[in-house]
Amino acid sequence: MTGAQILIHYLEDEGVEHLWGYPGGAVLPIYDALDTDAKNLSHILVRHEQAAVHAADGYARSTGKPGVVLVTSGPGATNAVTGIATAYMDSIPMICITGQVPTGMIGLDAFQEIDTVGVTRPIVKHNFLVKNVDDLASTLKKAFYLATTGRPGPVVIDIPKDVQNAKSTYAFPQEVEMRSYLPITKGHGGQIKKAVEMMLSSKRPVLYTGGGVILGDASAELVELTHKLGFPITQTLMGLGAFPASDKQSVGMLGMHGTYEANLSMHNSDLIIAIGARFDDRVTGNLEKFCPDAKIIHVDIDPASISKNVLVDIPIVGPVKQVLTEMLRILDKTDLTMDQEALDDWWLQIEGWRATNCLRYDSAGVKIKPQAAVEAVWKSTKGDAYVSSDVGQHQMFAAQYYPFDKPRRWLNSGGLGTMGFGLPAAMGAKMAFPDETVLCITGEGSIQMNIQELSTCLQYGLSVKIICLNNGFLGMVRQWQEFFYERRYSMSYMDSLPDFVKLTESYGHVGIRIDDPKTLQAQLDEVFSEKYKNRLVFVDIITDQQENVYPMIPAGAGLNEMILV
Amino acid sequence: MKHIISMLIENESGALSRVSGLFSARGYNIHALTVAPTEDDSLSRLTLVTSGTSQEVEQIVKHLNRLIDVVKVLDLTEGLHIERELMLIKLSATGDTREEYKRLVDIFRGDIVDVTATTYTVQMVGKSTKLDAFIEVIDPGLILETVRSGTVGVMRGEKCLHL
Repeated sequence: MTGAQILIHYLEDEGVEHLWGYPGGAVLPIYDALDTDAKNLSHILVRHEQAAVHAADGYARSTGKPGVVLVTSGPGATNAVTGIATAYMDSIPMICITGQVPTGMIGLDAFQEIDTVGVTRPIVKHNFLVKNVDDLASTLKKAFYLATTGRPGPVVIDIPKDVQNAKSTYAFPQEVEMRSYLPITKGHGGQIKKAVEMMLSSKRPVLYTGGGVILGDASAELVELTHKLGFPITQTLMGLGAFPASDKQSVGMLGMHGTYEANLSMHNSDLIIAIGARFDDRVTGNLEKFCPDAKIIHVDIDPASISKNVLVDIPIVGPVKQVLTEMLRILDKTDLTMDQEALDDWWLQIEGWRATNCLRYDSAGVKIKPQAAVEAVWKSTKGDAYVSSDVGQHQMFAAQYYPFDKPRRWLNSGGLGTMGFGLPAAMGAKMAFPDETVLCITGEGSIQMNIQELSTCLQYGLSVKIICLNNGFLGMVRQWQEFFYERRYSMSYMDSLPDFVKLTESYGHVGIRIDDPKTLQAQLDEVFSEKYKNRLVFVDIITDQQENVYPMIPAGAGLNEMILV
Repeated sequence: MKHIISMLIENESGALSRVSGLFSARGYNIHALTVAPTEDDSLSRLTLVTSGTSQEVEQIVKHLNRLIDVVKVLDLTEGLHIERELMLIKLSATGDTREEYKRLVDIFRGDIVDVTATTYTVQMVGKSTKLDAFIEVIDPGLILETVRSGTVGVMRGEKCLHL
């Protein structure tokens, strides 16, 4: 078998269903093997390599399985970089296979040559250059193992063209062993016990949970633990859905655009139980002012995340699922009890904060409020869709006004903040769940960063719904310019916008414009009705240009220094 | 405070750049770095000197451990250890200074390993601070060239850094 055939056979044996890619000179042998040897593996031809990576990423986020990408050398690899970095920042399992010029030409500035391993080194969990075809299958095995275990992440495999053509024997490697990589499978029992004791002796506790709970498939355990403890729980942007937003113990998202009750619960707490979250600067605000009275328990699979930004009192390194299960077991048999009176008082205080109703907005007026648009989408889809977003105001509105009750429903670029992520990510989820409603909440700025994928959607019948909150501005940039740059709106106005309805139609899809608050709900109901079940619909919603995202913690402020409206 | 971090890394191309890349990407500094093969063909020993608070160095060690090509990491400065650095220093040596430098080299237990009519090349081994001290006593205008290997070290006693 040739290296190219080995790759295709390996991917099939590994159970990979979809390969997102774009052909080119240095991967021609692989594309040929795809044509001759692939049985169950389907390849989706995107229109730009960045979209291939985001789509594989969306597939991974929605399913929990690794996304797989195939691109050519040079520009193929560099176009993939933004997508790889996006996956890296959010710890998404992914395999990115890149073609490379033949080994004999490496280093000679050959046509479409780039040092892919060098370029991607800081944005991957690990990467490989396969120099010998005999190592290909075992390298692939290592790559999948690395991508999917421990703290997940993208792995790049660079395969020179001559290695793709060289012959070797193939057998699916059953075992993998790496002496320098031993993912942690169990949290320290003593630490977990200490943590439970600290939890039960706290008076103003709060659970602060992040994307790690979703990556670690620990939602069920988190729900059980939270109910058992009776503590308030706040979730990060990346963690939304791991605990049901509709549950009364949920105080909403925290951080820069989090709820008043979430941020004040954190700030006034005496104990923070951080689970699969990493004290990101968008969550903590000013570290000097961060939660002055709180002791901190931190559960994370990555030791390097612990005490990175905030010093922790009880670190627990381990898989969230195992650690939470162990906490539940200890809780079941302990004689210790909570100070129920203190907890009741704490809840009373929290309910007081909640009563400010910080997400209220003025819905009167002739213009559609972006918040109202997202709420209407939530109603039309009964809150049960897969929702991807791009980056900016619409992303925050989506996080605030589309409450999620299930994990893996909310797909967004939290760490890197990549505009252009939304549409391809939705494609990935739709490919995985063809019968489910998949939508992308975006803005007129972000959507243009990967608009070419409308073509891919037509080719593969990916009937995602695009909800474009069109305010004619790069809204988040505009908001910061309004607040911090004396309303000098430098380059944030999107001039010369295309007619998105006509543009979508020319791609062969359905385009609908909504500009009247009175018809908003009815029009959206129709978009999500049987009528368009199998069609991609681009909904261009003309929204109020002046609307800002509130609440907001300005840069440099503490969690208790929010701007409410 | 200075820390000497010693590690075993896979003897593979790119392993070194993963380590040095980590330091530049996260804004940690490297005072010195040295790497060479070991008795095990598949492993290299890398020693680097960095500085920071104990919290920063702990974070550095955690990040190093996260690199797939890094097999084992040890902060030598945490325990009793031996550290050595090699220096070759070329001095302009004419007239009276020839005798004076010879005495100084003896005091510092160095060796003059190359001599010309106008220069001495001195070899000196020791802790970095000793090499610093030698440089201190030489008139800077007479130092022609300095080459230092960077620090290497091992734990004292039976403790070893091995697989």
